[in-house]
Amino acid sequence: MTTKWTRDQMAARVAAGIGEGMVVNLGIGLPTLVANHIAPERDVILHSENGVLGMGPAPTAGQEDYDLINAGKQPVTLLPGGVFFHHADSFAMMRGGHLDVCVLGAFQVAANGDLANWHTGQADAIPAVGGAMDLAIGARKTWVMMEHTTKGGEPKIVPRCTYPLTGLRCVSRVYTDLAVLDITPSGMVVREMAEGLDFAALQACTGAPLIR
Amino acid sequence: MVDKIVATCAAAVADVHDGATVMIGGFGTAGLPNELTEALIAQGARELTVVNNNAGNGDTGLAALIGAGRVRKIICSFPRQTDSHHFDRAYRAGRIELELVPQGNLAERIRAAGAGIGGFFTPTGYGTDLAKGKEVRQLDGRMQVFETPIHADFAFIKAERGDRWGNLTYRMTARNFGPVMATAAKVTIATVFEVVALGELDPEAVVTPGIFVQRVVKIARSATIGGGARA
Repeated sequence: MTTKWTRDQMAARVAAGIGEGMVVNLGIGLPTLVANHIAPERDVILHSENGVLGMGPAPTAGQEDYDLINAGKQPVTLLPGGVFFHHADSFAMMRGGHLDVCVLGAFQVAANGDLANWHTGQADAIPAVGGAMDLAIGARKTWVMMEHTTKGGEPKIVPRCTYPLTGLRCVSRVYTDLAVLDITPSGMVVREMAEGLDFAALQACTGAPLIR
Repeated sequence: MVDKIVATCAAAVADVHDGATVMIGGFGTAGLPNELTEALIAQGARELTVVNNNAGNGDTGLAALIGAGRVRKIICSFPRQTDSHHFDRAYRAGRIELELVPQGNLAERIRAAGAGIGGFFTPTGYGTDLAKGKEVRQLDGRMQVFETPIHADFAFIKAERGDRWGNLTYRMTARNFGPVMATAAKVTIATVFEVVALGELDPEAVVTPGIFVQRVVKIARSATIGGGARA
């Protein structure tokens, strides 16, 4: 009997992978949860592309200030030492390779590290990209945090992305509710699996060959 | 005497012409200069090209400008939000053209315009639909895409404090696109909550030097209302 990792357990795994002193950008959605699992005594500096370094947790109820928001437009706080800057500087931090890690959600990740996370490509969908393409190729490491399969049970780890691409060969690690996978030159390597899951079962719901 | 202070938003936007390209600062609702945009709605300019990170929130400001049918084209990175119904309707009805730009490219294309740069190569977007048809080159061992500057006739930005020379400071993440947009427009119009005498702004803390600003309008202070977030 496999026990899937909860969203918080996934977030705790990502947080454990982040080293002391790293500058990290957490994407909108699931990756936002990672912030809750970084112990306050650790010096991990969170970047938000709308113009904050040193972002703190959500304010207590009634203390929201909507001039201080994250990329998801949610109210946040600023830690001591935190700073503000304009958009061109913010993206220079990304594009210039100054961010250690960005953690992004995804529709699909391909075996070679290609990422699709901005558009379903459906004719009636309104496309929106935000900073996803800049983040995917700009941070030193791009990690993905997502459910292992779609709601319908289809693999989200695929031989080739069928959704429109965000970036080519940019993902180096994938955290799902079933496993932690590293994308290496020799293939997709399983680093950790959920309790009760065996390799064959993981491979069966993964669209790319896995290496033990 | 240099005095860039203008009495009202209406006076500040009076010469925006039909067909103008207007940059509007703001990310989500932080830094959205809604007072200027509302004045532009009243002024009546049409066939506008608007540059903003988003495409309007709720029923005010840029959302209302789009709802009033004044925007022919929008250049932005993230139009689709929980409260972008005016844009969504116009887009689905084919009444508005969308140029979707990765957010960092948007900021850098604006910066390039303001800095007199004719274009730049960046790895962002290489191999994606948003780079289709664009010149590519291998530089520093990476494939990169040529991006062109975005110039504007007007920039509307929301700042915190300003003086009659147009020097500006901002408030927290409401800064966002303001400083880069200010550099890229022929006429930059900033709203401020406080006008101070020359010398009162700490010169070490001025974010936008007045050279980039043509008009400053004092508006009544009001707290930014949230918007655009997922429920």
